[in-house]
Amino acid sequence: MSNPQIEIQLIAAVVAVACAIPGVFLVLRKMALISDAISHSILPGLVLGFFITQDLNSPLLIIFAAFTGIITVVLVEWIQKTGLVKEDTAIGLVFPALFSIGVILIAKNANDVHLDVDAVLLGELAFAPFDRLMMSGVDVGPKSLWVMGVILVITVALLLLFFKELKVSTFDVGLSSALGFSPVILHYGLMSISSITVVGAFEAVGAILVVALMIAPAATSYLLTSDLKKMLLLSVLFGVFSAISGYWLAHWLDASIAGSISTMLGLVFLIVYLFAPKKGLIAVMYRQKQQRIEVSLLTFLLHLNNHTEEEERHINHLREHINWQKIRAKSVVDLAEKNNLISIDNQLVSLTEKGSNFTNIALEYIITNKDENIEHLKDDFFLFRG
Amino acid sequence: MSDKIAIQVDDLTVAYNYKPVLWDIDLVVPEAVLMAIVGPNGAGKSTLIKSILGIIDPIAGSVSIYGKPYKKQRQLVAYVPQKGSVDWDFPTTALDVVMMGTYGSLGWIKRPGKKEKKASLEALEKVGMLSFKSRQISQLSGGQQQRVFLARALVQNASIYFMDEPFQGVDATTEIAIINILKELRKAGKTVVVVHHDLQTVPEYFDWVTFLNVKKIATGPVKDIFNDDNLTKTYGINYKVAVNK
Repeated sequence: MSNPQIEIQLIAAVVAVACAIPGVFLVLRKMALISDAISHSILPGLVLGFFITQDLNSPLLIIFAAFTGIITVVLVEWIQKTGLVKEDTAIGLVFPALFSIGVILIAKNANDVHLDVDAVLLGELAFAPFDRLMMSGVDVGPKSLWVMGVILVITVALLLLFFKELKVSTFDVGLSSALGFSPVILHYGLMSISSITVVGAFEAVGAILVVALMIAPAATSYLLTSDLKKMLLLSVLFGVFSAISGYWLAHWLDASIAGSISTMLGLVFLIVYLFAPKKGLIAVMYRQKQQRIEVSLLTFLLHLNNHTEEEERHINHLREHINWQKIRAKSVVDLAEKNNLISIDNQLVSLTEKGSNFTNIALEYIITNKDENIEHLKDDFFLFRG
Repeated sequence: MSDKIAIQVDDLTVAYNYKPVLWDIDLVVPEAVLMAIVGPNGAGKSTLIKSILGIIDPIAGSVSIYGKPYKKQRQLVAYVPQKGSVDWDFPTTALDVVMMGTYGSLGWIKRPGKKEKKASLEALEKVGMLSFKSRQISQLSGGQQQRVFLARALVQNASIYFMDEPFQGVDATTEIAIINILKELRKAGKTVVVVHHDLQTVPEYFDWVTFLNVKKIATGPVKDIFNDDNLTKTYGINYKVAVNK
């Protein structure tokens, strides 16, 4: 690997981590679309900042752009508060308006400088190593690595300091406010850091793909864990993995790096969506099938419980007369036998002691809907997991 | 009850979009009572609690908790919101939700430690939910979720408890378990204010009641003021006649 290659991967990884952290809270607050809005509406801020400073590298640009990001959030909330339109509509109204102001400003006044709409929308990571940061004449590395590095350090510091506050205000706004943790301050704090991250990242990955970096890792890890800390950690891992593997995909395909990173993010999500152990599509389908079998099993056991007559307990009768709900009778009988719930003697099926206990407990649960007596069954049977 | 005043509300007026939902409310709640707030839908019951707690800003009036503004008395107050007000798919466990109750006494930045964890486990035990401490909150039944919320309020070790419809969607066992804990709190000298919907159970559960319908209709001991006259004034129908039909 050459030096620029390492630098590009490093920038991509830092951007991914810096985006993943606020992304988790945006997803949990059901505000994923806000990141899309912010990423577009920072354009007029950038352009205005450029007009004032006449310098594309000025840090003032970031401050201006982040400020328009906050204005976006305020405008969306303000329109929403009138009660005349819903939140998604408000977002759809605000960011195209702000973005178009930026587009017009560029077209009218900035034709002769390097600030075009393509660069804003898509970014170009491959060029990032060319823009060096010079400190008293010494080359200290790519500028965007420093910018994103500083943003990342600030983000992590704020997360460590205010994790508890962010958690409670995300989960329960009312409690947060009653305990004295102002949800308004936390909300705008999160919005500010999200805006700053988007501004810092858009140069590398563009305004559209930065949204993928914020939302996809959080959405993916949400399917895998029910612990906020693990969710943050997994999001960071998914972000970094997609950034690095995306870079090599681009290298191999000779295509856009940002595009490849987003493709990887999408692929990782798809894989987790299908194969996640609890919430994944396949796990859910398997569980539904198991539940159908178990319902049939219960019907079968109840039938045995209710009938002592021999003809009612004959295996052929059972095959014919019980509604198996698309489940093969054999899989039900097998399951019952495997769990020692029944014994088959000379084609006659009878409940074992365990089977009759199980049936009684299950009956009681169905009638009373009380959990206490079935806790030990929850590990073996999907039916009782609610 | 004692002679001390726990909550005092003066001339409280709250409006949403310039439409008053609470109109000039005066209310005095003595210490160590178990009080129900009753009234029809849209009467402003939840709003009253939320504005006492500073979650909603009133347009006029003032609230004091033991003689001082709420902001200075946060430590004395615990709040159980309506169950539907939070996202139960949030990635966290029952124990962690209860621990959130300790955040208030910790203040900004400081993190909960062993002491907070121990108190939270004790609160879970009190509501009979200790064995569910590690369970993800979406895997709890409605009644269990309500118990977790109650445990979160208990861990705050407050003097005044506000609860917004704690019996909504819970079964009879949980309802009895909750009301017994509330009665214990009253015995220990705590003041409990509950937004309540089931008028049948008011005399059995509560010793103090406030009738509310945008304006305050009446407030006082259940045995003195829980009568047809006030019910009719609050609900706008002849309550007894309507029930007998």
